[in-house]
Amino acid sequence: MTPLPAETVPPSRSLAAPAAPISFAWLGVAPFFVFAVLFLVLPTLHLVVGAFQDADGNFTLRNLANLFQPQIVASFWVTIKISMISAVGGAVIGFLLAYAGVMGGLPRWVRPVLMTFSGVAPNFAGIPLAFAFLATLGRTGLVTALLFSVFGFKLYDTGFSITTFWGLILAYLYFQIPLMVLILVPALDGLKKEWREASDILGGNGWHFWRHVAIPILWPSLVGTTLLLFANAFGAVATAYGLTGSGINLVTIMLFAQIRGDVLHDQNLGYAISLGMVVITVLSNLAYIVLRARTRRFQ
Amino acid sequence: MRRARWVSWLIMAICTVYFATPLLCTFEFSLRLKRGEYSFAAYENVFKDSRFQETFLYSTVLSAATIVFGTLLVVPTAYWVQLRLPRLRPVVEFLTLMPLVIPAIILVFGYVRIYNSSSILPMTSASWSTDMLLGCSYITLALPYMYRAIDTGLQSIDVKTLTEAAESLGAKWPSILFGVILPNLRVAIVSSAFLTFATVIGEFTMASLLDRPAFGPYLQLIGASRAYEPSALAVITFLITWGCMGVIQLLGRGRRGSVSASAY
Amino acid sequence: MAFLEIENLRKTFGANTVVQGFDLAVEKGEFISFLGPSGCGKTTTLRMVAGFEQPDSGRIAIGNKDVTGLRANQRQIGMVFQSYALFPNMTVAENVAYGLKIARRPAAEIRARVEEMLALIKLPSMAQRYPHQLSGGQQQRVALARALSINPQVLLLDEPLSALDAKIRISLREEIRAVQRKLGITTIYVTHDQEEALSISDRIVVMNEGRIDQVGTPFEIYNRPKTRFVASFVGTLNIVQGEVLDAALGRIQIDGQEVKVSRGLNGLASGATQAFALRPEAVTLGEGGDGRNRLRGTIDQVSFLGSVVRIRVRLKDNAILLDTFNNPNLTPPEFGSAVAVNFGTEDLLVLEGGERG
Repeated sequence: MTPLPAETVPPSRSLAAPAAPISFAWLGVAPFFVFAVLFLVLPTLHLVVGAFQDADGNFTLRNLANLFQPQIVASFWVTIKISMISAVGGAVIGFLLAYAGVMGGLPRWVRPVLMTFSGVAPNFAGIPLAFAFLATLGRTGLVTALLFSVFGFKLYDTGFSITTFWGLILAYLYFQIPLMVLILVPALDGLKKEWREASDILGGNGWHFWRHVAIPILWPSLVGTTLLLFANAFGAVATAYGLTGSGINLVTIMLFAQIRGDVLHDQNLGYAISLGMVVITVLSNLAYIVLRARTRRFQ
Repeated sequence: MRRARWVSWLIMAICTVYFATPLLCTFEFSLRLKRGEYSFAAYENVFKDSRFQETFLYSTVLSAATIVFGTLLVVPTAYWVQLRLPRLRPVVEFLTLMPLVIPAIILVFGYVRIYNSSSILPMTSASWSTDMLLGCSYITLALPYMYRAIDTGLQSIDVKTLTEAAESLGAKWPSILFGVILPNLRVAIVSSAFLTFATVIGEFTMASLLDRPAFGPYLQLIGASRAYEPSALAVITFLITWGCMGVIQLLGRGRRGSVSASAY
Repeated sequence: MAFLEIENLRKTFGANTVVQGFDLAVEKGEFISFLGPSGCGKTTTLRMVAGFEQPDSGRIAIGNKDVTGLRANQRQIGMVFQSYALFPNMTVAENVAYGLKIARRPAAEIRARVEEMLALIKLPSMAQRYPHQLSGGQQQRVALARALSINPQVLLLDEPLSALDAKIRISLREEIRAVQRKLGITTIYVTHDQEEALSISDRIVVMNEGRIDQVGTPFEIYNRPKTRFVASFVGTLNIVQGEVLDAALGRIQIDGQEVKVSRGLNGLASGATQAFALRPEAVTLGEGGDGRNRLRGTIDQVSFLGSVVRIRVRLKDNAILLDTFNNPNLTPPEFGSAVAVNFGTEDLLVLEGGERG
């Protein structure tokens, strides 16, 4: 390792003193930047660069072209569908829940309970959440059993399974809805009571207020948060893995298998898949940031 | 507004059913190990399992390391950015938010490739260095909310005045950091520590791909091989999560914005 | 029949009675202020008139029509809020047009009306701006235009100026009054600022602890406060305790010195303790002429306020503040010196309501 320039300065006080504050200040943040480069920037760059290289390190677009084979396209598509449905579903239900809890005229204790639960539930994702849903709606799950013994309804005869598309969405909603509530409640708090009263006194009713005032004000944060939920579901691995094993051909599950054992027999194709995922999550996060900035203007 | 109240109750009721049912079912399921009676036998099996003890201890130690080193990494950075280098704020904020944008599986994929046994920094070649790598990857996971909690904490105590006051009394910077700044950040640090613990303890993807004997992969293994024990483990994990969040809520009472809310 | 009638209004929140026994008749085109400290019930009363709160009992009628049971959006009332409450997602023009759009007025009429309103508040060039691009004073003027756009029967203003700077407060209150005069609209103005209420109103309703203490013109309220509360809340005032010697002859004594009161003592028993109000500007230093009341004491405070010097003269238990104009050629009286003060027999006002407030 080459010594840092700061260390080469002779310890003569008169000389070092003017330069010291600058180099010293940079020294304070240096560990963070080293860490960020090693564990955030380099790994991402490595994959992005690798996506444009063949096995010998030459530039190629073949990996990206290979992304368009049916199996990979299908897995991207099913992941996007699941993420999108769980995001939109989570956003809509989360919005209704946040509305009911904050503005629905319910007793005061409802709100802190809702907020506390919404703080906990998103952290209950992953393998344990999968276990919980298996115990509930799995083939031998309690609800499945109750539906049969009470109503004579055979849930699994309908083609439903907790380990398939809709089952996974149902499980994802368990962390998507509270996440939406967590982000949206502050936005709903930002709706001033006086706006509603001003609308009322000018002759408006509830519909007018929501149509012309509240929804337009909330729109950026509604859409933005939905995008965030999308990215959140898109990158999730553990819940799906715990619930379905490799039963659903999600991109993340495929990538998981690829990292473990190069199931695609093509290292650089794995990089290309990573690049595809990064592009999708970066785009949805960027859109979120842009929309977020637009909401700020109102408040 | 008065007419809408029953609609609110209805929404609340439906959501309560949705959120409570899996928890109740899991608990009920976990008690069914012995045929014909409810018992805590599944829990006994879990606690007696040496792999449970080993993996849980492993994850606990690792999350403790994550908390200590993450805090040591974040506090000076946030302090310095606020006090001396405000120009760097956008860059630092961007970097701390990166883990929310880049999925964990992508990051760990990068680690596996960069730090493999034939690279300049062969962190995956020995188990102790792989443990370090997993710890570092957990720090990246915790970075977004850790940084925000501590940055908000620093803003609320007015670092500049505190530092100047300490400097005017002749304090050197290490004693300022450890003697003045850190004690004032206690709540922010402890909150982010519990959030980190709740996140790290059951983490699966990174631990599994780096092939470490952590609690997350153990959960998955039990899930694939046992019937009732997974439910018992889910209940235990849920209680841990709930406990951590409870502590954060208690600490955060009366303060603006909780840690978990600012993490997203 | 008055245009706006409020009868025996009462409102409680839980165990708290916020407004009670509120009676008021407002003539068409009148400008009325509700004045009182925070928590006196003035805003709650205003919100009951607006329809945001339902009174527990009592009746509100506008133009002979009972509106007590009507919702806010059926009352055709204009309201200006303390926080402006402009819709942040709409331009100035869209804000002003909101009420008309909801009433489904034709587009051409809306356009003309918006233009007219913006001209009225002297902001015609701001039509396409968003609220966050305007200053506080400009926002409040837009809010006024929005409230007036629907041709309301009554205009309500809830502390509209208290979020603004002192200078803008004065110019804007004059502007509000000018617009109100021009349109001849019946107006209720809530404020806790006595100077504001005195300068702007036709009549003032002084409220205290949910009740009306006094209703009157600014002149009456200032010069003839009926209760101790009104006297102390409106302007600076000396309140002295006196003992009635002979009510019929108007003789009382204050800290053992006898003075005369020319009115208001009727019916009081000899020996009763009674509170009297005395405006500082009614009191002068010196012996005074015949027929004036005279009290002796020592100066225990001298405050130099610029054009006015305020002096406190201590009697025994009571002290009297008096104002003298600053005279650069005279040195102010000295602390501790013994002096006499004098005032007219009609300046001592008998206060009702004993200790309340």
